[in-house]
This record gives sequence, C-alpha cells and structure tokens, in this order.
Amino acid sequence: MVIIGGGGHGLATAYYLAANHGINNVAVLERAYIGSGNVGRNTTIVRSNYAINGNTQFFEYSLKLWEGLSEALNFNVMLSQRGQIVLGHSPLQIDVLARKGNTMRLNGIDAELLDRGQVMRLLPYLDYSTEARFPILGGLLQRRAGTARHDAVAWGYARAADSYGVDIIEQCEVTGLVIQNGRVSAVDTSRGRLSAGRVGLAVAGHSSHVAAMAGLRLPIESHLLQAFVSEPIKPFVDHVISYGAEFFYISQSDKGGLVFGGHIDGFNSYTQRGQFPKVQSVAESAVALMPSISRLRLLRHWAGIQDMTPDGSPFICRTPVRDLYLNGGWCYQGFKATPAAGWCFAHTIAHDEEHALNRCYNLERFERGQELDEDGVGNWTYKQ
Amino acid sequence: MLRIPCPVCGVRDYTEFLYGGDASKRRPAHEASGLQTWHDYVFLFDNVKGAHREFWQHVVGCRQWLIVDRDTATNRVAGSRLARTETSAYEDRDR
Repeated sequence: MVIIGGGGHGLATAYYLAANHGINNVAVLERAYIGSGNVGRNTTIVRSNYAINGNTQFFEYSLKLWEGLSEALNFNVMLSQRGQIVLGHSPLQIDVLARKGNTMRLNGIDAELLDRGQVMRLLPYLDYSTEARFPILGGLLQRRAGTARHDAVAWGYARAADSYGVDIIEQCEVTGLVIQNGRVSAVDTSRGRLSAGRVGLAVAGHSSHVAAMAGLRLPIESHLLQAFVSEPIKPFVDHVISYGAEFFYISQSDKGGLVFGGHIDGFNSYTQRGQFPKVQSVAESAVALMPSISRLRLLRHWAGIQDMTPDGSPFICRTPVRDLYLNGGWCYQGFKATPAAGWCFAHTIAHDEEHALNRCYNLERFERGQELDEDGVGNWTYKQ
Repeated sequence: MLRIPCPVCGVRDYTEFLYGGDASKRRPAHEASGLQTWHDYVFLFDNVKGAHREFWQHVVGCRQWLIVDRDTATNRVAGSRLARTETSAYEDRDR
C-alpha cells in the first residue's frame, strides 16, 4: 500500500495500518521532509467541542486517542490539557454555546457553560471594560481540550510506523497516478514508478492537485491560513481562548510565545505565504480582546495551505476510482483530528469500507443533502 | 501584497477588490435540469495549482467586474480585462 503525504495524517495512517490491521507493507511518500506541511504549521490546538452528529463523535474519539498517544507511541507529544474557552458576546451566542455544551454532554464529553463572572476569574486579562469592542457575556469551557507539540506528533507517528517496518520515503514527489480499468495500480514519482495495491491520499492542501492525477474533481478549494508567534513572555495565557466575535484563537507555548491565528486570506492560493492585510486584522482582533498585548512584537508568521470544503467538514472515504482513498478537506481542523483521521483512514483502506466514525465524511454528501454544516450557515461559508 | 491591475483604475492592492472565484466555470443554462449538473457547478472545483482565470470586482474603485489571470502557485498576475467582454460572449452563445 502507498500513502501519499508524510504529514501527521499520512504517518498516523501508516502507523494504524500496521498497529491495528497488521499491514506493514506500506510506503509513505513525502515530497519534501516529513512534517514539513500543515502538521508543523498549525496553532497546535486539540479539542472536541463539536455540535453536529458525526463531528461530535469523531473529534471526541480523536481527543481520546490524544490522551493515550504519548504512551501508545512511546514519544512525548506533550499533550497539555489546559482547557479551551470559547467566548460568547451576545445572548444569542450564549444560547448557541449552551446548546453545543448540551450536545457535548449528551455524548459524554466534558463541557461547562461559564457566565461573565466565571470567565473574568479564569481570564482576568481580557477587556471587560465598557470600551471593549464586543462585551464578553460568558463562554463554553472544555477542560480536556488544550494543545500538543505538533512536530512531536509527526516524529512520534513516524518512529512508531518505522518500527513496524513501514517505509517512509522523503524527497519523493508524486507526479502521476496510473489508472487501469477504473482501478489505481501504480504511482509515478520523481524517483520512479511504484506499483501499489491500494493508494491513500493524505495531502490536505494539495488534495485537488493530486486527485486530478486520477481524473477526479473534488469539492475543495485551497486557501491560506496564517499563524503567528509573538516574542516570548512570562506565563500569562493559561488556556486556549477562542474569540467569539471574530476568527481569532490564542494560547501560549511552553517557550513563552503567544501563538495565535485568524481566518483564511480570502482567495485560493498554493503559495504558503500569507498576505499582510490579514496580519493587521488578526492583530486588531488580538488587541480588541487583550489590550495588554498591544506592544508585543511578532516573532514569526507563516501560512499553511488548506483544503476548504463547502460545509467545512472533511473527507475520509473511498473515491470513484477503485483502490484509491481520500483523506482531505480538513479546513481549519486537521491537526486535532490527526489521531482519529489516521485511525479511520487506516480502517477505510484496510477494509475497503468506511468505519462508523467516518461514514459521514464521504464525497457524496452534497448530492444527498447530508452536509455537516457545523456553523449552521450554509455552504461555502467563507465565501459569504 | 497581491496587486491587481484594473483596466480602468490602474494597479491597486487586492484589498480594494472582492474575490469572485473561478471564471472558467460556466453556469448551466437557467432551465437546465439534472442534479448532477447543478451539483458539479456548485460544489466541484478544478482548484488548479498554476494558471487560474478568476473574477474580481473592484468594489472600492470603478465597481467593474474583472477577469484576472493569476498563477495560484506564485500569486503572479499576468493580466486582467473587463469581465463583460468575455461573459457577454458566453451569454450570446447560450442564447
């Protein structure tokens, strides 16, 4: 079997193929070096606060895998369950958070609805003044959510897969897929042809580009999401905070830098370089929420390419080409999904059938009216 | 900063424009039936890595819709023209 893409998802898939299904005749092909894509370009947040049936169970399964991951891989992924708080800024938003929290609790997931006073005690450094751009009325706390060391996830899965005999081939770019009688039979690469029984795509950001080699058109557009790190400061932000008024989320790394991000740049691109106007709007969100960081300097910022899908939910599924499987369309949520995505994708490839956890993540859901519209605002939300 | 040449106003920052997506897509005829036809139009994208023909509207300038040739791998813009010159040709053909 061939897995295209040596990122978190590809390496996790290879690991679970070997560990769960006893399949170790696996090659992971990576165009650059392992972990050079989105697994190293995210803001490291893990959580399972999802309200739509399908998403709720999948992301909770992922969080449970996260909780045992360092032990399973014998590699410290530095999972830090510091808690994540989504802020609510209007009575309506608080109602939505309450509903989400109830959905989570009905699924056995921890969730606590906080009022304004409770948020003030936990996060005293936010702007609660009458000058605040958006008043903070409360929030939804998931204590088991937090962050993980993203590079360690790639390395941990790679080492564990390697110990099972999986071949990880770096500097090996896929240039074509050989399709015969509607079935994929080999992969052409910059280092020659590799015959394959089954091929899994785990190249989110480039899913359309690689799938086109098999003649497939996907419901995906590639967009840039930027992330930012400030200069290091002493421990200050103890939790992961998500602003409810804008796309903005922030936490503090172990090195002391504030790690934060915003929304996509707004037009499709594969450049892995963000546009400056987004730096400004993200900084504006940061200062609107936490005025005290207005004089911090940015140390670094970068962009990752992500597959944006119509409903904001991913694909882990078979494709119209036999023996070709797709794991992509991760929008903003690929990192936290890494363990469950690898687990489910390995199951899908090994059994040629989706697991109950990822049956909802198919390519046909738009024809069938089974979109997983987590935000409840219709298709292509980011274009509205 | 992505800069877009507007045939009316000259070269401007992309923040003056509204992005309108893939211009090579053709909307099916209004009376076209068939779930697959509309599904493919609404949901599927070529999403090419390379030369891309796309719509932009110069919302804070002349308000004209443009067709811009941009390379999605580099963001290099090769040129632009008023969209009506091309889209009216589609409409004539469909009529």
